[in-house]
Amino acid sequence: MSLEQFKDRNVSQNYTYIPVDKPPVKPLDKFKQVLKRTFKGELFVGLWVVFREMVKFDIHTVQYPKEKLPISPRYRAVHKLYRLLESGYERCIGCGLCEKICIANCIRMDTRYDENQRKEVTEYTINLGRCIFCGYCAEVCPELAIVHGPRYENASEQRAHFVLKDDMLTPLDFLKEGKQQEYPGFGDVSPNADERIKKTPLAY
Amino acid sequence: MTLTEFVIATIIKILVVLGLFSALAGFGTYLERKVLAFMQRRLGPMHVGPYGLLQVLADGIKLFTKEDIVPQNSVKPIFMIAPVIGAATAFIALAAVPLFPEFEIFGITIHPIIADINVGVLFVLGVMASGLFAPLLAGMASANKWGLLGAARTAIQLLSYEVVTGLSILAPLMLVGSLSLIDINNYQSGGFTDWIVWTQPVAFVLFLIAGFAETNRTPFDLLEHEAEIVSGYATEYSGMRWGMFFIGEYANMITIAFLASLIFLGGFNDWGFIPGGLAIVLKVSFLFFFFLWTRAAWPHVRPDQLMWLCWKVLMPVAVINVVVTGIVLMM
Ligand code: SF4
Ligand code: SF4
Repeated sequence: MSLEQFKDRNVSQNYTYIPVDKPPVKPLDKFKQVLKRTFKGELFVGLWVVFREMVKFDIHTVQYPKEKLPISPRYRAVHKLYRLLESGYERCIGCGLCEKICIANCIRMDTRYDENQRKEVTEYTINLGRCIFCGYCAEVCPELAIVHGPRYENASEQRAHFVLKDDMLTPLDFLKEGKQQEYPGFGDVSPNADERIKKTPLAY
Repeated sequence: MTLTEFVIATIIKILVVLGLFSALAGFGTYLERKVLAFMQRRLGPMHVGPYGLLQVLADGIKLFTKEDIVPQNSVKPIFMIAPVIGAATAFIALAAVPLFPEFEIFGITIHPIIADINVGVLFVLGVMASGLFAPLLAGMASANKWGLLGAARTAIQLLSYEVVTGLSILAPLMLVGSLSLIDINNYQSGGFTDWIVWTQPVAFVLFLIAGFAETNRTPFDLLEHEAEIVSGYATEYSGMRWGMFFIGEYANMITIAFLASLIFLGGFNDWGFIPGGLAIVLKVSFLFFFFLWTRAAWPHVRPDQLMWLCWKVLMPVAVINVVVTGIVLMM
């Protein structure tokens, strides 16, 4: 299955309507229906259908731990904290909007001023036991710092394993290898964002 | 053959049949899952062993090591003995079934039948019918509503389908004039055209339908239909006791397949260039496959439809078949 199928929201084109006949009213029609159903040999049609499928061997099973279905870029799984691509600083400016908007009230953060009087985030945790993966935090974040990742397999010995800041933050070496992809999902920048930027009146 | 030799040979045969058919019953569950899966565009068991072949073993370990729960309010002795009845009758029925043609090994001629009794058909059918006591007693003893409903449905099945089995098999027996399965087999030794299914097609269909009911397989799996009565008579069972019901069910399926091939499909006579031993294996495999095939394809019937089908359709047809056979035989 390709990603295009997931992105295609116009599903109505794939519908097929199954014609359903009106039930017969007249006795003769009823009799005809009985005859038709009796001699059509529906039981053998059934046998043929399943046999055909067995011989065609068109298997739809996804052997899950070995194979995985592609997920949409808009999938909202366990969160990630991103870094700035060039400098490697954390993107989060500690504005606290995500903490404020979170409807499950599960984000907790601690901030302080660093030596340059910039806000620095010291602690950032999400209680995934309460998170409803609504995506508001990713949408509200002005810096695209908190985003949803594609990691949906959250089985672990400890709930806390997912949600500490270190687990969510992009590792520095990972960033240096250029592996931090810009987030294409929920709350991302639109593709033509650059064209749409207008100068604010202050610049005159 | 002296008595000692006879006893030793019989014991060896019993052990072989017991071992072979337990293994086949286990393998049958694997085949069933695979065939059903392929028919539903799935893969079935894949992870344990190559292509999931060792799944049976894993299931065996699971069943053996599970806790054996006996519910508090159940009638304990009956509850505990019911699965044994199920498995035992299934294997006892096999005692009078000739499985293969005679063959020689180390200069000794072997008859692959444990007891060649002259009323083989009656014995097999009788023992298989008494096998239905297993679900009946299990359901009634387990102090569970679903179990009780399962037992009630067993009673329906027991009362209805034994009649059809007996009547449907009567007509071929009139042709052959013997109740021994070996005689029936030898009657069809003339090749493909001698098969009783050509002279008694109606009886064949009736026998198959009744066989499905007797082994409670899908169109007639009322006794434990999950969607309606959780698991019917087996609701309260766990571990190996539950497993025994299923060994019994699969052994019964194989027995019915053997009976149908012996009585109607030419048994273990040579079939063209195919030697007899292989021929019967092919026939039994096909019938076994047919059991699985219908399970994938057909919906199951309601208890009242089951009774309707039995008493108002199948039984009259069977009686007419017997009468017509009798008239043709007299002329
Ligand atoms: S996804 Fe929703 S619930 Fe989860 S942390 Fe973000 S805002 Fe809170
Ligand atoms: S909204 Fe974004 S920038 Fe603001 S505190 Fe949350 S993660 Fe940091």
